[in-house]
Amino acid sequence: MSTPLLQVKNLCTSFNVDSGEVRAVNGISFNLEKGKVLGIVGESGSGKSVTAYSIMRILVEPGRITGGQILFNGEDIVQYSRKQMREFRGKRVSIIFQDPMTSLNPVYTIGNQLREAILLHTDRNREQANARALEMLQLVGVNEPEKRLKQYPYELSGGMRQRVMIAMALACEPDILIADEPTTALDVTIQAQILELMQELQRKMGMAIIMITHDLGVIADMCDEIIVMYAGRICERGTADEIFYNPRHEYTKGLMRSIPRLDTNHARLIPIAGSPVDLTNMPKGCAFASRCDRCMKICLTELPEELDINDDHKAACWMNVKQVYDEAAAEKEAESK
Amino acid sequence: MLKYTVKRVLLAVVTVFIIAAITFFAMNAIPGGPFDKEKAPDPAVQAVLEARFNLDKPVTQQFIIYLGNLLHGDFGISLKTGREISQIIREKFAVSAKLGGMAAGFAILFGLILGSVAALCRNRWPDRVIIFLTTLFVSVPSFVLATILLLVFALTLKWVGVFSTTNPNYVLPVISLMLYPMSYITRLTKSSMLDVLGQDYIRTARAKGVREGFVIFKHALRNALIPVITYVGPMIAGILTGSMVIETVFTIGGLGTEFVRSINNQDYPMIMATTIFLAVLMVIATLISDLVYKLVDPKITFD
Amino acid sequence: MTYNADKLPKKNLLSLQIDPRKFEWASDEEKAQHETMRESTTFFRDGMRKLRRNPLAVASLIVLVCLVLTIVIVPMFYPYSYEQMISVNGKRDKTAKNLAPFQYSKNEMKAIEDGAKIFPHIFGTDELCRDYFIRVLYGARVSLAVGLFASLIVLVIGLLYGSISGYFGGKVDMVMMRIVDIIYSLPDTLMVILLSVVLNQVLGTTLQGTVLAKVGTNMISLFVVFGVLYWVGMARLVRGQILSIKTNEYVLAARAMGAKPGRIIRRHILPNCMSVIFISVALQIPSAIFTESFLSFIGLGVQAPMPSLGSLANAARGGMQSYPYKMVFPAVIICLIVLSFNLLGDGLRDAFDPKLRR
Repeated sequence: MSTPLLQVKNLCTSFNVDSGEVRAVNGISFNLEKGKVLGIVGESGSGKSVTAYSIMRILVEPGRITGGQILFNGEDIVQYSRKQMREFRGKRVSIIFQDPMTSLNPVYTIGNQLREAILLHTDRNREQANARALEMLQLVGVNEPEKRLKQYPYELSGGMRQRVMIAMALACEPDILIADEPTTALDVTIQAQILELMQELQRKMGMAIIMITHDLGVIADMCDEIIVMYAGRICERGTADEIFYNPRHEYTKGLMRSIPRLDTNHARLIPIAGSPVDLTNMPKGCAFASRCDRCMKICLTELPEELDINDDHKAACWMNVKQVYDEAAAEKEAESK
Repeated sequence: MLKYTVKRVLLAVVTVFIIAAITFFAMNAIPGGPFDKEKAPDPAVQAVLEARFNLDKPVTQQFIIYLGNLLHGDFGISLKTGREISQIIREKFAVSAKLGGMAAGFAILFGLILGSVAALCRNRWPDRVIIFLTTLFVSVPSFVLATILLLVFALTLKWVGVFSTTNPNYVLPVISLMLYPMSYITRLTKSSMLDVLGQDYIRTARAKGVREGFVIFKHALRNALIPVITYVGPMIAGILTGSMVIETVFTIGGLGTEFVRSINNQDYPMIMATTIFLAVLMVIATLISDLVYKLVDPKITFD
Repeated sequence: MTYNADKLPKKNLLSLQIDPRKFEWASDEEKAQHETMRESTTFFRDGMRKLRRNPLAVASLIVLVCLVLTIVIVPMFYPYSYEQMISVNGKRDKTAKNLAPFQYSKNEMKAIEDGAKIFPHIFGTDELCRDYFIRVLYGARVSLAVGLFASLIVLVIGLLYGSISGYFGGKVDMVMMRIVDIIYSLPDTLMVILLSVVLNQVLGTTLQGTVLAKVGTNMISLFVVFGVLYWVGMARLVRGQILSIKTNEYVLAARAMGAKPGRIIRRHILPNCMSVIFISVALQIPSAIFTESFLSFIGLGVQAPMPSLGSLANAARGGMQSYPYKMVFPAVIICLIVLSFNLLGDGLRDAFDPKLRR
């Protein structure tokens, strides 16, 4: 088996703040194959965005990677020098952010900002870069691209700006595109357009995508694999179908109950009670335990390991163990009868 | 933009008018006419004098005449020296303008540099030193600072010459005058820079692989400068008033000294004229800094 | 008890030796205990915690408290008064002129030799044979009082004006804010000078014999000017705060329940913008002290013989080379006061400004 494009191994990222060390990402591992789409799902503060920033190494003070490896084509980028990192960012891996309204520099034109990325990573001269920028704007479906190049960000709508961000991210044909909640700040109709655009571009350009979102429904039909994160850990992973129709972690089940679905007749949505744990002071055992409806004694004291449910599916929940245990007990009882 | 400019210019004109009115009527409220103080001339002479200076007419009419004169550059005559005030102002302001101009320029230059350095070295020693010093400088009254500088560097250490008309050494006066605005700009630049460095578009620039120097000078500094521009107007006003103090301490014969002298001499026409002159300068400075602010800040839509 | 190994997920759990009792449901109490929630704090308590951790702000506060206690308490016991020449055995002591700190005059030396006890002149004396320490203390009193009182004026007027304008909005707001715009664009220092010059002449005679005469027309004009001009910054601040708070749901809710505007402003809006206003007041005080010292410099300060720190420092400029300490003492105290308020204000802003909280 060839090495995956991106391997994240036991990544830990922390923020040192007044009240202690916030362990935003707490030992997560995953692989991303070439041309695949990986979804990372979780609520606010679960460590999704921090994972993305760690991969780009654009964490701001006081955040830093405290452990683990991030292997890109087998090379550990955590060990990269600043110069190597600069060449890596934007060229190998690009990112688009949640809020297109604030992600573009207000004092430079769209053209200037697009060109900057192209000039940095390719041998194109200014004119060629301009042509490329124009081409990219056309590709992402911005109307009147020539005019847009000369405009400032405030002259564009949110959807347009996000298209510009995508154009900027893809201008140098990266191997991986990280999309950090790319549609959260947009209107619903625009959301659909942007997602469609991303899918289309992925088919055309064949890059791998890491799609980060708190909204499972948004990415369901896009992703080859989905990772569910909670409190800086991975609690469940598997194909979209497995996660949707066979969730095996109580948190994922809660997430599924809390999103509207057309295929079931739930009269109402069921929110997950409580709020996320304090990351400066992580409890022993499962981080979700105190909010879990089916919390057991063991959940409070021991951290569940990730166990294979089947070839396409892993989950870290004691309920899976209990289920097996119960089945075994029932079988035994049947035997004894 | 045009609409905004017109609005701002109109406001400035109204402000100047109000200042002129306040100044004029306030001065008129002072009991006793200008000729009461002198040895009382005989009534006939006084009547002639009053007619000569339109003092026999109602106050509002006097005001209109005064405004008309102002527009022609006629500021009246100084009570103490008997010279044309417009001439005094022209002569003395040249000195003040030189002093103030240098102070403003250096204040902006050093303020921006120090502020950026402080922001980039956040919580490390350069930041702490800069912030400590600038906090100290904004806490010392300018005349105290000027006197200390004069005493230490000119009179005791004799590093720099004392200002005199034959040997105008502007070093100490400029330093004394610029420290406050420089410190203010430093603090403003630092906080503005920190604010900008936390913005999403800085993250975007880093994610594009832009080198750190470019992130700061291309992407951050230009945005960080915008709030500083709004301070330029108030800074000019501060330097003009601060100049009164500095000029007096260093005995520089500028408009500031003249103004302080006229206050102590109760030379009302001079006080009035200088107040209006300085006020107009300040209003213009504010107007320009506001307009420039609007020009360079593309975030604000022109309505 | 054994597990059926085939049915287990692939990792071999048998090796874990799990106690089946652990698979009982956890009770709610156990769950509650499990969650080590972050200590819940209020906005105020959290701010105070941050403030206490800021050594500069704490030091400033201590300096200010010590200073205030000193200038309030010490003059009660101090044997000299700020306006009187030093006298020995009931006779005016003309030799006690410009004494250095802790120096005694000739007459005093004689008196001491005769067995009298004379309190030392901690800061020396001035050119009119007055004890300088008590003058500096009184100067600090006057300067602080000017700062506090001027800020109070600004606070009251700005708060009233700003909250009315912000709360009612619409046309009222527009008209009120145009007025603010115009006042804001007047050059304040020049207006202070002008009004001081004029009020000096106008009020001079009418005030005679009243309590206000002692304060001096210059100080009154300073207060008048603060009341007329300086409140606009505060008014803008308050209005801005109210406009942003006004749209919050809890204000809408209160209004829907029929609360009167005054009550809404008092109960819902003001507490929420208190921190910002407080910080602004803390920073207003040093600016007022500065303005006073500036006026003292150009000869429009407090009425003699009443001292202020500014007027003391200014008076000392002349003899700066011979008697530097006369400049140093008041100057250091001005710096201390202004610095403390500035640092305290900065500390308060860092601790309480909601905009900085992430």
